[in-house]
Amino acid sequence: MYRLTGVTKRYTRGKETVEALRGVDLTIEDGDQLVIQGPTGGGKSTLLQMIGGLDRPTEGSVELDGVDLAKISEARLTRLRAEKIGIIFQSFNLIPTLTAQENVETALVPLGVKPAERRERAAQALRSVGLGERLTHAPAELSGGQQQRVAIARALVKKPKVLLADEPTGNLDESMRDEIMALLEGLWHEYGLTFVMVTHDSSIARRAPRLATIRAGQIALTEQSLTQG
Amino acid sequence: MFGIYLKRELGRRKKAALVIALGLALGIALVITVNSVSAGMTQAQDKVLKSLYGLGTDMTVTKARSAPTSGSSGRPNFQFDANSNDSDDTQSSDRVMTQGGQALASSVVTKVAQQKGVASAVGALTLNVTKVDGSFTQGKAQSSGGSGGNSGPGGNGGNSTAAPQVQGGGANFDVNSYSVAGVDVTDQMLGPLAGSKISTGKTFTAAQTDAKVAVVSKSYAKENSLKVGKTLKISGTKYTVIGIATPDSSESTTDVYLPLKQAQTLADAKNQVTTIYVKATDSQQIDSVKAAIQKNIPGTTVTTSADLAETVSGSLSTASDLAAGVGKWLSVAVLVAAFLVAALLTSSAVSRRVREFGTLKALGWPSRRVTRQVVGESIVNGLLGGALGIGLGLAAAYTVTAISPKLTAQLGSTGGGGMGGGPGGGGPGQQSAQNTMEIALSAPVSMTAIALAVGLAVTGGLIAGALGGWRASRMRPADALRSVS
Repeated sequence: MYRLTGVTKRYTRGKETVEALRGVDLTIEDGDQLVIQGPTGGGKSTLLQMIGGLDRPTEGSVELDGVDLAKISEARLTRLRAEKIGIIFQSFNLIPTLTAQENVETALVPLGVKPAERRERAAQALRSVGLGERLTHAPAELSGGQQQRVAIARALVKKPKVLLADEPTGNLDESMRDEIMALLEGLWHEYGLTFVMVTHDSSIARRAPRLATIRAGQIALTEQSLTQG
Repeated sequence: MFGIYLKRELGRRKKAALVIALGLALGIALVITVNSVSAGMTQAQDKVLKSLYGLGTDMTVTKARSAPTSGSSGRPNFQFDANSNDSDDTQSSDRVMTQGGQALASSVVTKVAQQKGVASAVGALTLNVTKVDGSFTQGKAQSSGGSGGNSGPGGNGGNSTAAPQVQGGGANFDVNSYSVAGVDVTDQMLGPLAGSKISTGKTFTAAQTDAKVAVVSKSYAKENSLKVGKTLKISGTKYTVIGIATPDSSESTTDVYLPLKQAQTLADAKNQVTTIYVKATDSQQIDSVKAAIQKNIPGTTVTTSADLAETVSGSLSTASDLAAGVGKWLSVAVLVAAFLVAALLTSSAVSRRVREFGTLKALGWPSRRVTRQVVGESIVNGLLGGALGIGLGLAAAYTVTAISPKLTAQLGSTGGGGMGGGPGGGGPGQQSAQNTMEIALSAPVSMTAIALAVGLAVTGGLIAGALGGWRASRMRPADALRSVS
């Protein structure tokens, strides 16, 4: 379970200080699906980075299962990311020189999984997203939708507790968007993940059981059913 | 994963890898080339020095010649009787003089040999023989024209006082000068003959300490039509030629080699030597041996190869100075530039891969693993550069050796004895103020140079990788991802 309390994040750009998040309180139960929406520069991605342990708040705490991600050591935070958090990026962020299978394997490297098992699990993850025939393809040889499937396989291969997606359909056309969303929702149900997604897309946001809107660093939950922070 | 990632990166970013590797390769190739040319210069200098010293000699001990005493000019003195005008008899006179510095007593050789750090010491006597052949005929006194008138008819005024004039007569001489070295026949590994090979006949035996036998240099034998078995006359003494010596270097400075005692007899220098050839037990200890000899045997001058090398001038010296000075600094500058370029290119490559490394960190890769990846790629780039550099360096060294540019070496002024113990002054047979030698330059590449190149390649890779790795390790995943969003 996530519990965010009074999370504030300030960035300094030259002489100017920008407050990306202002005292955000939020609770996300295990297995929840939360969609974060809001205008560009509103603080959506910053909130996702706090939840994912990719950055630390200037003030406040981000607790995952009782562990404050703002206070633990860098090594422990890195380890936690490796074990519990799967991340999907808008631009897929695949390593261009590695094959699809090797890209998926990169998520298992910090866990110390042996190469043979790594290869097998990566292949299995790719098969589960419909890319069993594309194991040895480089990202450049795959379509945008296929690349995002590789990124999803990479996020899920380690069987994470949390799946974070930052505009996962932002670079895809409409049909591909629906395909990817269907896949993600299916996996969410199948694996019982805590799923937090940032999107601009209102049609996707409407399908979410819980919606958080961020404007000027402040969060407003559109209660569709679940808990409120 | 490390190996696969490395292989993929280098394989799919060939151009970038090649640019970094080529930069390092140029620096490394230059280091190898300068190193091998320098080694070639050293070899060339060694050849020059060996021609004076002989193989295996680390230093010579001589004594500076003192100023001539009154009544003794120190110059050769010839006396000839004039023949009558109708005599065709030729006269010949040999003058034998010790050459180099002032003579040392043979006992000094033993004393030098006893010094700490001295492996062996042998004495040699260097002589210069000036042979003058020719005839000197008397002129005839003839009365002048006035006196002729006395006998003319009617010449009664016979009180003319015109002096008689000398007519006719004159001199026709051929002067030939050559060098003779008295060799310690019991130890020929050191001394004047050590730098030569016996190409015909044989060398002295240990028993021929006072035998009337001679070894002549190839050039002298050719010039004087001497062969093994023929005799050679020096100052009235006949010597049987037993061997022809071919010097290892292109120029020999000694014409005739005799047993030491024979040379001493010729020069009337019993138990005297002019040069002591010394071999040290350890070539690293030469300076301390030199100091010990100078301290314990006062009045002597000890000349090492290093001292002698300082007297080498000419294009060899210029090229050697260039290799040691400009070449060394140029290679250091290029190497530093290559390292910097490699470091900057690696750093720039890291900047281009911000999203990649940020993603890996977001996936839970620790900083040290990301750093290791960057450093690993850099070291492989460095090794690739090293291999290319070694190839280029070997090609350059091979080209230098194939072209074999000729360098001249002028050995510092020695004089017939004025220099005495000055650098090279003790060398045998140095008749002229300067000896000019021509040496073909080669560029040998040693294993040390190759090892140095590999070391530099790894160092270059490490420096570049350290900078790139440091940058990669400092990235925060959020910053890395934000920078491309």
